[in-house]
Amino acid sequence: MSDIINLTLSALIDKIKNKELSSQEITKAYIARAEKSKNLNTYITTDFENAIEKAKKFDEKGNFDYKLPGVPLAVKDLFCTNNLKTTAGSKILSNFIPSYESTVTQHLWDEGAILLGKLNCDEFAMGSSNETSFFGNVESPVGKKVVPGGSSGGSASALAAKLTPATIGTDTGGSIRQPASFTGTVGLKPTYGSCSRYGIVAFASSLDQAGPMTQDVSDAALMLDVISKYDTKDSTSVNFKRGDYFKSLSSNIKGKKIGIPKEYRVDGMPKEIESLWQDGITLLKKLGAKIIDISLPHTKYALPAYYIVAPAEASSNLARYDGVKYGYRSEGENLISMYENTRSEGFGDEVKRRIMIGTYVLSSGYYDAYYLKAQKIRRLIKNDFDEAYKSVDAILTPSTPSSAFKIGDKTDDPVSMYLNDIFTVPVNLSGLPAISIPAGKDKNNYPLGLQLIGKAFEEQNLLDISYSMEKELSFKNNLQDWWIK
Amino acid sequence: MSIDLKTIKHIAKLSRISIDDKKAKELEKDLNSIFEFIEALNKVDTKKVDPLTSIAETSLKLRGDEVKTKNIREQILKNSPDENKDFFVVPKVVE
Amino acid sequence: MSKNKEYLIKRGNSEYEVIIGLEVHAQVLSKSKLFSDSPTNFGAEPNTQVSLVDAAFPGMLPVINEFCIKQAVKTGIGLNAAINKKSIFDRKNYFYADLPQGYQISQYKDPIVGEGSILLDLPDGEKKVGIERLHLEQDAGKSIHDIDPQNTLVDLNRSGVALMEIVSKPDLRSPEEVNLYIKKLRSIMRYLGTCDGNMQEGSLRADVNVSIRKTGDKKLGTRCEIKNVNSIKFMQMAIEYEANRQADILEEGGSIDQETRLFDTKKNETRSMRSKEDAHDYRYFPDPDLLPLELTDDFISKIKKEIPELPDEKKKRFVDKFKLTPYEANILVSDIETSKYFEDVIKNSDIKLATNWITGELFALLNDRNLEISQSPISSKNLSSLINLIKDGTISGKIAKTVFEIMANESKDPKSIIDEKGLKQQSDPKEIEKIVDDVIKENPKNVELFKSGKDKLFGFFVGQVMKKTDGKANPKLVNDILKKKLN
Repeated sequence: MSDIINLTLSALIDKIKNKELSSQEITKAYIARAEKSKNLNTYITTDFENAIEKAKKFDEKGNFDYKLPGVPLAVKDLFCTNNLKTTAGSKILSNFIPSYESTVTQHLWDEGAILLGKLNCDEFAMGSSNETSFFGNVESPVGKKVVPGGSSGGSASALAAKLTPATIGTDTGGSIRQPASFTGTVGLKPTYGSCSRYGIVAFASSLDQAGPMTQDVSDAALMLDVISKYDTKDSTSVNFKRGDYFKSLSSNIKGKKIGIPKEYRVDGMPKEIESLWQDGITLLKKLGAKIIDISLPHTKYALPAYYIVAPAEASSNLARYDGVKYGYRSEGENLISMYENTRSEGFGDEVKRRIMIGTYVLSSGYYDAYYLKAQKIRRLIKNDFDEAYKSVDAILTPSTPSSAFKIGDKTDDPVSMYLNDIFTVPVNLSGLPAISIPAGKDKNNYPLGLQLIGKAFEEQNLLDISYSMEKELSFKNNLQDWWIK
Repeated sequence: MSIDLKTIKHIAKLSRISIDDKKAKELEKDLNSIFEFIEALNKVDTKKVDPLTSIAETSLKLRGDEVKTKNIREQILKNSPDENKDFFVVPKVVE
Repeated sequence: MSKNKEYLIKRGNSEYEVIIGLEVHAQVLSKSKLFSDSPTNFGAEPNTQVSLVDAAFPGMLPVINEFCIKQAVKTGIGLNAAINKKSIFDRKNYFYADLPQGYQISQYKDPIVGEGSILLDLPDGEKKVGIERLHLEQDAGKSIHDIDPQNTLVDLNRSGVALMEIVSKPDLRSPEEVNLYIKKLRSIMRYLGTCDGNMQEGSLRADVNVSIRKTGDKKLGTRCEIKNVNSIKFMQMAIEYEANRQADILEEGGSIDQETRLFDTKKNETRSMRSKEDAHDYRYFPDPDLLPLELTDDFISKIKKEIPELPDEKKKRFVDKFKLTPYEANILVSDIETSKYFEDVIKNSDIKLATNWITGELFALLNDRNLEISQSPISSKNLSSLINLIKDGTISGKIAKTVFEIMANESKDPKSIIDEKGLKQQSDPKEIEKIVDDVIKENPKNVELFKSGKDKLFGFFVGQVMKKTDGKANPKLVNDILKKKLN
């Protein structure tokens, strides 16, 4: 069984296609491991019986030409899954069973994948440590009481603990890349508009993007092939010519120009992060890439701008959670008190904070000073990247300003929590693609990640560069299964 | 720019979230520290900058005038907290 | 231009003029909704025309209906308005049970249509009323308060239907002008096929803004908005009440509070909406699920080509070409179906007779039976035949009325009816002479009386001839022959 769960996604698929392994064997292996890993609290809802049924069906007459033939996968509980509870990590949706499927997960099932269950996440994707979920904190397999990052914390933890061969998360300010970095896994946020947002519980519409979280870069390419598709049901979906990411993966990056932005060297950056970055630069040079110093002058305004735009959009997107049509409802004497009770009982503190910020920055008299201003800053940040991309093909930065911290360390001060996203947020604001790959460990043996940022719609380039680096880095998590009961 | 308790209560009302005084005080502290952090934006001169209203590099796609969803009432009502098979039911608005 | 019949509110020595602006909400005629693919039919069972997007389920997204955009542009062209090539959809955020998203997708600073105008035909001449803008937005669902005593029931069928909000400039000055404005606007949209203007079904409703000022004052007074009035009569009553209410306040030395009011149709008065705390802060911002709408010149010119002859043009043509009076032309063009019917009839028939029969008998019939002209039991073809039969003397005007009534109940052409019932006019002078002779012979006393000066008895003789001929004698011939014989 350990040989099954230690396989990468693509290796697993090879074995299925060669009939060396059956879908049922694989599914049962992952289920068994999940049953023993409950204390990590990665799952909100499991669908194991149905998964075994589907695996059986696949083994009987499945199509082996599919890209994910009979592969069991768990997904972040932000994707609406037909007939299976979808909570977004919130009390207000704790009893919600959608009667429809998100486009992205539908693509997975259309390619033969099988749903194992829904993974824990920060409530409404708002958080950087998976400590805001109504369903409890997630523990990282990296260390006792260590946070997995967030908001796709359940996904990252499950992936690293090998409870799923691959998974998908969503990234609004770093929610795929930061947990990937914290757990020693690969996390890719594709270009805004490449993966459909239809059926994903919305947080911040102009920033949200679904993406793969995998054991290695080629797995990420494989998943991207499946989920990056034009969708007419999403008006922000872009119809561009998508390559065959997995097939075209190349480790030859000779001559590629990689930018190193000086503004990412922040005050008080831990030495380990700085040396990780330097090691990355050295490695790229070794691989034949050209290193160019660049400037992204408005970098330091990205996080404040994000904390205006994202809450503003969220405050409006979350207005639909009112107890009328679905979800949790609290009693009230009249309509207004029903709304107020439902929402104050149904939402957690972080969500309430962000709704309040969002409502405030959009309110009468403040729109120009905050929201409009933040959208202008966004334009400047995007312009910085556009300018930089005139001379480089990709940009290398650390993924996070630190390694994972312990549960409870940062919950007293919202701002210190927000600072986790300092390197990831500019990417969402500009709609660019970015990937985090594990590149080293800190003195506690916790993983550290490097981020590569690419040009819009040029994911292949990003995958190629990270693929070639990964080969040389040969990062191994080497987790000791300490949590297994 | 600091936010006072009165404003917090007003914003809570606009957001349809009820908060007691204790909660409001906590929020006052948290929100003010967040806003202090956001104030950094004032340092940038954006007078001549166009806001970025849409990040997706595409034009608005237009849909044909076709009815594709007919009667799915059961599906629409099945998640509602009330048993009514025809309508959504809410407490009365105080007119 | 002299202003006769100005609408003024008089209080002692003071005179106030009333300034009115209308925000009309017109439901767009389309098969599916503005941002979702569910149907828009009126009167369906509750919640049977609701999609997942309409009900704002998690993860649902708006996708815009191209036809609704075309309808808005078409309406803008019909209002002589500027079409904005770039417009933005904004979210208008507020909470209400019939607003499932917790926001309405509307247009705030950048609407699809800009300034335009509508011409009103006032008794003392034409008046141009300015249009400020037209924008597209989602309609809300319906809250039903009177079925359940404890609760409000919500039907989302209407949620997401496309509305055009048409904002006039504050150029209207009386309830009568409001009547003409709404009728004209409705007529234009029906001509264009962009809105059916059916106020009973709620396809057309208005928010009425009313303020008053002393005649001669240039500054506008504080206005109150009366929301959601769904009939012209109520609009007029609301304006009347509100203008007087405001005059009373000003006369007492008070000042008008700017507020939103409702028209109470039972008490016939306006009252303040009690939800005072909702000095609504809508927190408008561009909808991030959509992109700016950009229209090409090509798109707009294609729509321009689809514009039919509009009421003003048609009226001019009817007056110039068909020599109708402006009054007659007005009646015939106000509804596009009526004008089509009329032009059908006059293809082969006398214009004057057609005008009279349509605006007279036909309208009376339709009114009586509460029918639209498109549902008329008498086709334009048959009316045309009837008119021709009068013109060529086959039947008299009087008999024609009888035939008309029969046609209203049986779908037969007039010729068949006349033949069946033997209603042909008796126009043979020899025959009539015979009957006249008979009548004279049978009524010697009256003949004497007539000859001795009782002129009024002429009518008696005519009547007798008509009686003998079952009303079929050609009236002119009867007159001529009787005159000859009695003198």
